[in-house]
Amino acid sequence: MAATRPGSSPAGGASAGAALEARGIVKSYGRQPALRGVDFEAQPGELLAVIGPNGAGKTTLLSILAGIIRPDEGEVHLPRGEVGWVPQQAALYRRLTVEENLRLFARLERHEDVESSVEQMLEQTALHDRRHDQVALLSGGNQQRINIAIGLLAKPVVLLLDEPSAGLDPRQRARLWDFVSALAAGGTTVIFSSHNIQEAERYGQRLLVIADGERLFDGSQEELRAAVGREAPEAAGADFETAFVAYLQHRGH
Amino acid sequence: MRWLLLKDLQILRRSPLQAALLVVYPILIALLVGFAISRDTGNPRVAFLNQVPQDTPFRIGSQEVDIIGARSTLCERVECVRVNSREEAIEKVESGDVLGALILPGDLVSRLQSLSGLDPERARVEVIVNQEDPVKQRLVDDRITSLLAQANLRIAREVARVSTEYLDLLQQGGSLSVLGQTFDVLGLENTGQILRALRPAVGSSDQLAALDRVIRFASLASQNLELANPLLATVAEPIKVDKLVVSGGTPPLDVFAIAVAATFTLMFVTVLLVAGSLALEREENAFPRLTRGLVSRAELLGEKVGLGMLVALLVTMLMLAGMEIFLSLQWERIGLWLVAILAGGAAFAAAGAALGAATREVRAASLLAFMISLPIAFLSLVPSGSVGPALFDLIEVLTALFPFKPALHAMERALDASGPSMVTALLHLAVLTFVYGVLARLALRRFAAT
Repeated sequence: MAATRPGSSPAGGASAGAALEARGIVKSYGRQPALRGVDFEAQPGELLAVIGPNGAGKTTLLSILAGIIRPDEGEVHLPRGEVGWVPQQAALYRRLTVEENLRLFARLERHEDVESSVEQMLEQTALHDRRHDQVALLSGGNQQRINIAIGLLAKPVVLLLDEPSAGLDPRQRARLWDFVSALAAGGTTVIFSSHNIQEAERYGQRLLVIADGERLFDGSQEELRAAVGREAPEAAGADFETAFVAYLQHRGH
Repeated sequence: MRWLLLKDLQILRRSPLQAALLVVYPILIALLVGFAISRDTGNPRVAFLNQVPQDTPFRIGSQEVDIIGARSTLCERVECVRVNSREEAIEKVESGDVLGALILPGDLVSRLQSLSGLDPERARVEVIVNQEDPVKQRLVDDRITSLLAQANLRIAREVARVSTEYLDLLQQGGSLSVLGQTFDVLGLENTGQILRALRPAVGSSDQLAALDRVIRFASLASQNLELANPLLATVAEPIKVDKLVVSGGTPPLDVFAIAVAATFTLMFVTVLLVAGSLALEREENAFPRLTRGLVSRAELLGEKVGLGMLVALLVTMLMLAGMEIFLSLQWERIGLWLVAILAGGAAFAAAGAALGAATREVRAASLLAFMISLPIAFLSLVPSGSVGPALFDLIEVLTALFPFKPALHAMERALDASGPSMVTALLHLAVLTFVYGVLARLALRRFAAT
């Protein structure tokens, strides 16, 4: 099952084995450029962190990958299947219960066995005992797990998470990342945006650094540290966040 | 789409305040309108003292006039409080127990009867008014003045009629009863005939000339008295009203009141619900997720309009059922009610969707819905002739852009056969549904852009 976003070339143009490939993504809001020709690709089962300062264009990039926003230029290839999208704010009906939310979206996704899908997601999110609770009564962490579970109902090969841990306490964050890591371990490509550098360092297998809509870096943590050592040697021995900030400053951001 | 509808109904059920308002509002409207229609609570309390001795007949000439009828009419227009003396009447007025008092003095009938006699006296009644509440005082004044004007007219007609009888008697002759005795009255015509018969027997030319003068007088007097009859009728009622209804199709007042109440219910429930429900999709961040291939924007709008129509139908029918407590509705016209409610509901729902899509926040949507709906609904009730022509034309244009007026017309016609054309109203509503649907669809572009 291959898919290609509007304005893209045929899916066959993607690198062999990639779950998602983005080429030359350009987007502007009026005269304000948000993305300036971003390229990258993600492999199956990979945890890719899109990091950068506020206003860098992370959410715009993920929205384009999700098909919510059309790029002005560029193309997105999805050679292995569709993407699941989890917005930054929980996209849930707070007056419905956990179960009713899952059932509604399973029906809208046209699942053949809706109840089985609901049970599966309750199992996956470990929220069986809260199934009859209204979402409004759940903690932010549990709401985010339901939010992700709904994103998974589309059975995506690529899951896009926009700032998934924003507003969560450390314990909720840890439980969330356990859940996300398990998804990646199961073969789902997870692309998440974050401005939390430690979180990206800890959970991201690969880092895509964006600033002012421009891709500055695409590689592993070690490769980023090496780049910092080359371009900002004064921060080479510092912690990851300090090194990252120094790198951005050195690149003019 | 049905799953979204089910979801919205579930959310509505879980919003007790909103759900309660949807039920309470129509019941409240039904009760208010019902009481307003079935009880004339606006009637002022007026003390009534009748000092005319009971069973006193009021005759003008030989005819008895129903003065009791005047009292009955008064007590239909005001709440009559019987009092036994003038002092009691004044005390009640002063204490505020009543807003005014009407006193019919004991000599009222004799004075009225004197109008047909040789020594007429003007009859008087006494009105005592409390000016504590200027509005009600005006009401009392207006109603008593109107009643007395009617009584004066009735008496004037009777006096004119009796005078006409006297004139006929004078002209044509006949019998007249006075104080139990009957007199023959010769009459001018008979007098002339007798004199003309005697004329050949008169020999003297002087006497003949005098006789001819008398004959001429009798003839002229008789002719002039013929003219006096219509003149007396005109004096009794100088201005007669000929009412011509040029724009038919006005339903009875109670039907109009029900139609207004039903349309208000329909408008508030539908516009607020749909505007809020659509704005909620954005507030819950669900809109991008839904429109990312799960449902199209047009389907989402269709679902919201359907939700509005469904709830509008339930709530408006509930309100109409509540009205049945006070009034007998024509339930055999229920098919037309449904058509009017659904057509009105669709147009209001589309307008609500446009407002919800434009505002994007539930509270802003509710506020805007109130700010737009209420003034336009009230403007729609402004009758022609109550404002200047240019302003009325402007009001007509403004109110044509919102579904209240055509929905009201459709409801009027659905409730009563004498209402305005339903086809025109339904076409108007269909056009508005389409236009607001397009506007809502355009406004939804901004949902995804943020």
